[in-house]
Amino acid sequence: MKAILGISAFYHDSAAALVVAGKVVAAAQEERFSRRKNDESFPVQAIAFCLKWAAISPQELSAVVFYEKPIQKFTRTLETFLSIAPRGLRSFLNVLPNWLGERLNMRKTIREFLPELSPQCKILFLEHHQSHAASAFLASPFESSAILTVDGVGEWATSTIGKGEGKHFQLLKEIRFPHSVGLLYSAFTAYCGFRVNSGEYKLMGLAPYGTPRFEKAIREQLVDIRADGSIRLNLDYFDFLASRRMTHPRLHKLLGAEPRKPDSHIEDFYADVAASIQKVTEDILLRMARHAREVTLSPNLCMAGGVALNCVANGRILREAGFENFWIQPAAGDAGAALGAALAGWYELEPEAERKPAGQDAMSGALLGPEFSESEIAQTLSEHKAVYEKLDDTALFTRVTELLDAGNVIGWLQGRMEFGPRALGNRSILGDARSPKMQSLLNLKIKFRESFRPFAPIVLHEKVSDHFQMSQESPYMLLVCQVKKASPPQRMALSHSPLLRNHSPLPAVTHVDGSARVQTVNQTTHPRLHRLLSEFEWRTGCPVLINTSFNVRGEPVVCTPDDAYRCFINTQMDYLVLGNYLLKRTGQPHSRLTPTFQPQPD
Amino acid sequence: MWELAKEFLQFLRKEKKWWLAPLIFILLLLGALIVFTSGSVLAPLMYPFL
Repeated sequence: MKAILGISAFYHDSAAALVVAGKVVAAAQEERFSRRKNDESFPVQAIAFCLKWAAISPQELSAVVFYEKPIQKFTRTLETFLSIAPRGLRSFLNVLPNWLGERLNMRKTIREFLPELSPQCKILFLEHHQSHAASAFLASPFESSAILTVDGVGEWATSTIGKGEGKHFQLLKEIRFPHSVGLLYSAFTAYCGFRVNSGEYKLMGLAPYGTPRFEKAIREQLVDIRADGSIRLNLDYFDFLASRRMTHPRLHKLLGAEPRKPDSHIEDFYADVAASIQKVTEDILLRMARHAREVTLSPNLCMAGGVALNCVANGRILREAGFENFWIQPAAGDAGAALGAALAGWYELEPEAERKPAGQDAMSGALLGPEFSESEIAQTLSEHKAVYEKLDDTALFTRVTELLDAGNVIGWLQGRMEFGPRALGNRSILGDARSPKMQSLLNLKIKFRESFRPFAPIVLHEKVSDHFQMSQESPYMLLVCQVKKASPPQRMALSHSPLLRNHSPLPAVTHVDGSARVQTVNQTTHPRLHRLLSEFEWRTGCPVLINTSFNVRGEPVVCTPDDAYRCFINTQMDYLVLGNYLLKRTGQPHSRLTPTFQPQPD
Repeated sequence: MWELAKEFLQFLRKEKKWWLAPLIFILLLLGALIVFTSGSVLAPLMYPFL
């Protein structure tokens, strides 16, 4: 029985994934254990978890597959530096020791971190976008499919179009560095004062508040967009080749303002910039997807790469690109590339293995992380001297439903932790989507984040079309659609109170433009969350709740019951549910606990 | 380190990028120096050059 470990590391969001006998059995990001958001260090703890989960020792691994090719990436860094030298010298010298230290000789690094690997264990390397493509296609529910991968940059490729058939896939076309949709979007993320490689989703959330008045300037001056979706950036306006600064003063002059300082007040101007780049990005992705259909003639599309987390663009691809079926890898960023690398390694080393998805993806609902037994939860509660009730399922679901209906905010930890950036109902904070106050309450008092940011709804899969303009499954919260019966899309300045901005039956999950980032919940992958939603519907007539990740600003999503209890105590969450244990905030012996995470700017 | 050097040579041959060879050779040498001098009294003298 072969076991293949996939690893991504040393850029951002390092992760490990384990494939045993062709099945993805475990996967996790290092940040969830190290408690440092977007942790890029070698995923020692994530690997340890994966091996422990499968009861496998490092000696039993047949192969370790790294998600990119260090030599190619290093020579790209070198060639880029040479092309602009002496500019960029400082930046190059900053990264050089890292490269020469542990990143370049990755075989040695992997064996140093995993000294128990057997000498026979192969260490393989896959190109960055092949890893993304593998995570998109080999984990998808399709026998054959077009593949689209889009991110900042791998070795040289920044976007690829490919085709998958059975267990084989091939990349057919690529856009090469420095011409990159991901870097274009990240440059504007930095310009608007958010952190690159983590704040992109904020830019997307900000966009509906603005008017895309810079769209024309972006198209005419910054990026040449061709009919097939390929692009060429005008590098006069960007600075990412030479420094850590993403944008050049020429861009600031073109837009008419300096970059926004992080954490400063967000003026409407930056919402307009966000709206403009979002519109351009959607157009590029739509063209790429249509071209992928022309090239492959496939009715199916699967997608990965960090840009595939832009769920507004995904919604447009779903509706407008002409594919019959569309699947997005839930861990679309670099963490998911570890999973792609492991799957590709499996099919490489098992030539006889067949791949028959039969309409089911290989992600097990993305519930691939650790879970904690009742006794482990009880142990944590005892260590904190926490006050709790233990309820059987019937009593628990009835009680939680009542509490949600009464407007309480509930931390909810159940079963295995999610793999990827989204909390999908096992490490979530839940609230009533019908409450007009809930959005600002959650943002300001519980998540401690900007008030403009929207929350996502979870809805019973069988009821999705009653409440949203969507009929298919969206189990990974990666598609945006309109809320039914919401007021028509409108442009509303950021300065308006969030409470005034829409008339929707689900105000807490309806964004200013009447849209929502929907997660559908089915009974097979999420039996407990499905039951909760069903009971909430029975009580209130509404099968929708707010689902937001169980963390605060700058913190990775909670992993253990201890992380969850600390987060619960340090916020104004009303109740916490850990398995079958229910805790009320006001009864706890602590008013503050030392957080276990190292806050990161986001 | 030899395995890495071999892989580099294969890569340069495949990509026909021989012009990168001298630079890579120097950098690999620096890398080797870092590895062999790390933990020694020479380490603080090496890092300022990077």
